Amino acid sequence: MTDIFKPEVDRRTLLRRAAAVGLLATPAVSMLSACVGGGSDDDDKADKPAGTVSANNPLGIKEDAPLEIVIFNGGLGTKYATDVDIPSYNKLFPNSKVTFNQTEEISTVVQPRFAQGSPPDMINNSGSKLMDQGALVQAGQVQDLTDLFAAPSVDISGKTVKDTLIPGTVEQGTFNGKPYVLNYAFTVFGLWYSGKLFKENNWTVPTTWADFTKLLDAMKAKGITPYGYAGANAPYYQYTVILASAAKIGGADILKNIDNLEDGAWTNDAVKQAAAAWAEVGAKYSNKAFLGLKHTEVQLQHDQYKVGLYPSGSWLENEQAKDTPAGFDYQLMPIPSVTTADKLPVESLYAAAGEQYFVAAKGKNPRGGMEFLRHMLSKAGAVGFTQLTKTLTVVAGATDGMEISPGLTSGNKALGAAGANTFSFRFDTWYKKLDDELRAATNELFYQGGTADKFCERMQKAADAIKKDSSIEKFTR
Amino acid sequence: MKHGRYPFIIGFLIVPVAIYGTFVVAAYLQAFQLSFTNWRGFSPDVQYIGFDNFTKLFHDNTFWKAIQHHALLLVFMPLVTIGLALFFAFLLNVGGGSRGGRTTGVWGSKFYRVVFFFPQLLALALVAVIFARVYSPDESGLINGLLHQFGSGPVLFLADKNLALWSIMAVLIWQAVGFYVVLFSAGMGSIPTEIYEAAALDGATRGTLFFKVTLPLLWNTLQVAWVYLGIAAFDAFALVNVMSVDRGGPDGATTVLGLEIFRNMQDYAQFGYASAMGVVLFFLTLTFAALTLRVTRRETVEL
Repeated sequence: MTDIFKPEVDRRTLLRRAAAVGLLATPAVSMLSACVGGGSDDDDKADKPAGTVSANNPLGIKEDAPLEIVIFNGGLGTKYATDVDIPSYNKLFPNSKVTFNQTEEISTVVQPRFAQGSPPDMINNSGSKLMDQGALVQAGQVQDLTDLFAAPSVDISGKTVKDTLIPGTVEQGTFNGKPYVLNYAFTVFGLWYSGKLFKENNWTVPTTWADFTKLLDAMKAKGITPYGYAGANAPYYQYTVILASAAKIGGADILKNIDNLEDGAWTNDAVKQAAAAWAEVGAKYSNKAFLGLKHTEVQLQHDQYKVGLYPSGSWLENEQAKDTPAGFDYQLMPIPSVTTADKLPVESLYAAAGEQYFVAAKGKNPRGGMEFLRHMLSKAGAVGFTQLTKTLTVVAGATDGMEISPGLTSGNKALGAAGANTFSFRFDTWYKKLDDELRAATNELFYQGGTADKFCERMQKAADAIKKDSSIEKFTR
Repeated sequence: MKHGRYPFIIGFLIVPVAIYGTFVVAAYLQAFQLSFTNWRGFSPDVQYIGFDNFTKLFHDNTFWKAIQHHALLLVFMPLVTIGLALFFAFLLNVGGGSRGGRTTGVWGSKFYRVVFFFPQLLALALVAVIFARVYSPDESGLINGLLHQFGSGPVLFLADKNLALWSIMAVLIWQAVGFYVVLFSAGMGSIPTEIYEAAALDGATRGTLFFKVTLPLLWNTLQVAWVYLGIAAFDAFALVNVMSVDRGGPDGATTVLGLEIFRNMQDYAQFGYASAMGVVLFFLTLTFAALTLRVTRRETVEL
């Protein structure tokens, strides 16, 4: 990985070449090389404990070194950081001054600082303007979190941080064998409905595809749009559904093959069957006008009982808190089985750790950044986060037995029923380009009369193109 | 030459030149520099890869799609905008006929002039948001709400591949017309009324007046308008970014170079590749401006 960014030419040859091309006026050169390509590369700043390692300081941070963190201010807010995690960190290290920044545009604020070589220590890389995490790893800017996961938990005695996490969490943030990213929020994905609406109409949760279409028919008869997602900015909600169906039909390896850019991963029969089933739902049970709507608009219609089923993750309830009428009662159902011979049971779920937090490897205080994550992963940190955001964390069972909201309880129950049968994919963060192509392909399939064959071929072509592109670093799991 | 004149001039110029040099020239030069690298934005080190980015660009379908959209915009946006603006400006200034020996505009022309200019006062992002509501595909949209009243189905302005670009172009034109009405009005104001009177005495109709008198005397202004609008056609980023489905969609049906630069930089962290696109856009715009000025060069009528 490192040799990719090893500077091939020293600065003098670089300037000579540039001058030879005749593109750079001489006075501008010194200025330019000061901005890009002019940073110092002190790779010898090896990561070692800067302070004394002790029971209270397992990562050996320098106790009086300041720490700078940047939190994305979106659906989850920033209160969990300011009110829960920073106090927890400062309780152990009162002399380490924490500088807290929040932004709605992570990339705009943080990317230039990486280019300059003076990044903040811990960053919550999220939101629509998140940075390409793969590119960050590729550039050697991300701290290896192995020591964090091996450190003892802050307040769950006798366990390492890794032991306290839901299985699969560490893997979710692993790039080519090394854990670089903490995915902190745990998301359950499925179809959301109003418990009230279902009760009033005596509808039950379908498990087979025949029952599912029967339910959609019943909704249609009541004048409700049975199913829909926002094509303008949220087609990935629907592609998660299609891929979840594919995983149920053909097993979780279907998704693994897609992530690994295997040949024929998209033209697999399971993907084709799933695409065909959902194309039919799109053609028969949705409203083509939704292609032009934003997620907030469709979610509002869902809250107004105008849309029956809405695909989304467990952040939905919190996101809609302001617009949800009293008694709406958010409930989650796993996606019904497409065939009767599905490899995974109907209870199986798309569930994954999401919301990326990482530590800058070339920051001033990488150990402090890791220590901050250790506090987020404490039980108190997890409980505080869930209470403030109605979102589960990757700390296993931290909020068990606590009544927080109907949607959260419903999601938790579905997760319990799924047991070990949860699956997820990673390609959307590894290869942003593939994500974009899949969004367009999903809109075409669902709202613009596309076919399963076309969908599969199109995606296979896009995946093959990425596989061939040597400028994009490849990841496998 | 008086003593101390140069220091005086330099004293005035140094600040704007320094600002221009830092924020415009240096930024351009850096884009040129980056277009020959595979820089991904997260490392102070850059690696030079020659013309690879440009080769890749040449084989990029999305890039050609964007160029196609620019070509459409380049043809239709200036044509329609200038046509409408000329028509309105003529009506506002000359269309009322001659009264008391003076040519005047149609009744209420002063009011219309303000109304036409109004869209120009709105920020582009605001215009985009407003028209996103106008075009909204369900009953809450202005147009589809009306259509719904008459029982006809919704028109998917922004969600239909064949309509989306035209819908966005219509907004661009709506926003631009007002400015050019004012520009052309000013140009027409400087045409001496005697010429109109003389032509009118010879029995010229309004149409003849327009084509034989107004148009030739406005040529310089028209030329400027064409260049401005052409450059605007190479932009269109703000509207497409805010209004279009799935950013540049559906399925790339509305994407423009500005958006692709933004996407490659922002989403894919391909700063080098994005810079290469920027360089291409720079030359396209420059070529267009130079070409237009050259092709449309005519003898200017001295008044």
